[in-house]
Amino acid sequence: MSKPKIGFYWCASCGGCDEAVVDLAENILSVVEAVDIAVWPVAMDFKRSDVENMQDGEMVVTFINGAIRNTEDREIVEILREKSKYIVAFGSCAHLGGVPGMGNLYTRESILECSYSETPSVVNPEKVCPQGETTVPEGVLTLPVLEERVWTLDQTIEVDYYLPGCPPPVALIVDGVTAFLTNQLPPKGSVLGPKHSLCLDCPRKDTKPENMLIKEFKRPHETEIDLETCLLAQGLLCLGPATRSGCGAACINGNMPCTGCLGPTDSVRDYGAKALSGIASLFDAETEADIARIADRIVDPAGTFYRYSLPGSLFQGKVFQKEGARS
Amino acid sequence: MSEVSKSSSGNGFEPRIVGFFCNWCTYTAADLAGTSRLTYAPNVRVLRVMCSGRLDPQFILDAFRKGADGVLIGGCHPGDCHYQAGNHKALRRYTLLKRLLKTMGIEEERVRLEWISASEGDKVQRVINEMTEDIRRLGPLRLPPIPHAGRMPGEAVERVSSIGQETGL
Repeated sequence: MSKPKIGFYWCASCGGCDEAVVDLAENILSVVEAVDIAVWPVAMDFKRSDVENMQDGEMVVTFINGAIRNTEDREIVEILREKSKYIVAFGSCAHLGGVPGMGNLYTRESILECSYSETPSVVNPEKVCPQGETTVPEGVLTLPVLEERVWTLDQTIEVDYYLPGCPPPVALIVDGVTAFLTNQLPPKGSVLGPKHSLCLDCPRKDTKPENMLIKEFKRPHETEIDLETCLLAQGLLCLGPATRSGCGAACINGNMPCTGCLGPTDSVRDYGAKALSGIASLFDAETEADIARIADRIVDPAGTFYRYSLPGSLFQGKVFQKEGARS
Repeated sequence: MSEVSKSSSGNGFEPRIVGFFCNWCTYTAADLAGTSRLTYAPNVRVLRVMCSGRLDPQFILDAFRKGADGVLIGGCHPGDCHYQAGNHKALRRYTLLKRLLKTMGIEEERVRLEWISASEGDKVQRVINEMTEDIRRLGPLRLPPIPHAGRMPGEAVERVSSIGQETGL
């Protein structure tokens, strides 16, 4: 009997998620032993027609990383959905939109304008801009078209499981793949990770003050960061309290605050709103002026609290009042 | 929260405002406004919370997502909180949330925090009338609908199914 087939695919992503699969190191041998990797564009050669020619449900599971940013992403994940029994949204971008999701603070037109015209290093006097179709003497050339906004995977196709993180920590990938290999899958729709927040697993949790209050936020480059004390207690904006655990506190161990890549725990719908709520309640101020002074130090609230989750949030992006600016 | 009911009449835009009123002050003040027979704009749907500090910013975003054009928060005057510091926490969250909402393209007038004590029925009347007019001027918010091919994050706990019996592996 042939081995079950699995796939990996990337959409709008940086390649870090595929790197994380490679980081499985010798663990990947047990995966390869158990399954056939049928699709993996970053590591293997395959053509779109190879996937199109598969039977429906022929692949047991496909791990899709990256956000949905252009028409090609959408077309391919729709095909993969048909060919796969299970789809796992792999990494922050597929899960909640990720860093590319910050693009939802801008219109499609302004992004193209910025990339192809306004950027100082761009020389483009003829205002050449990518088109879906271009007619040349030899015929019509086509390119994938940038969508109006960034979508999460589950806004595009039905998703069975989520592997969170930017990229997903190796331990979670191993646990997730093992769940498939051993038939011990949690309920559909589960995020394959711990259910509690990072603080619970933080190596510095014993240094957390009983009553945490913050007088002033500091950015990492503005202060000498103590190696052992709770980062929030040092005035660094650490999002550990709002973020799902499972990363082994990798950033904390690197003496950097958590930026929230694993997203919210199961009880939270909107990561950014909840993280903002938790951080704001720590402000050591009661008057409007004092509160504003502390808030002034959080220079980019959207980028801070929605760094990995804007398209998956309640607002999903900036609200453009002009009719038709958003699809 | 179910979808905020539509109240548009004819072509005129009627703002839909969700009010989160603290049980100990603003909610009682709204009662007082009623028993005092004060009339004011019927555009606010009041939800009673035990404290303005109970107000999770998610509630505010969710209200907008479900069709609200504005959100009014009513809490006790500073120093008067039934739970000592709930309104201070509300103010901190409100301050930071307003900054976030500005980046998200939401006009400042759409979220308003007011301290209204149990005896200030007239302030309930004034604030609701003012806010209704402010939002009438701004027009509807019109958030685009949420596309939803699968589940929303955070719903996993509610979805208990027993698939995964046979994965073929």
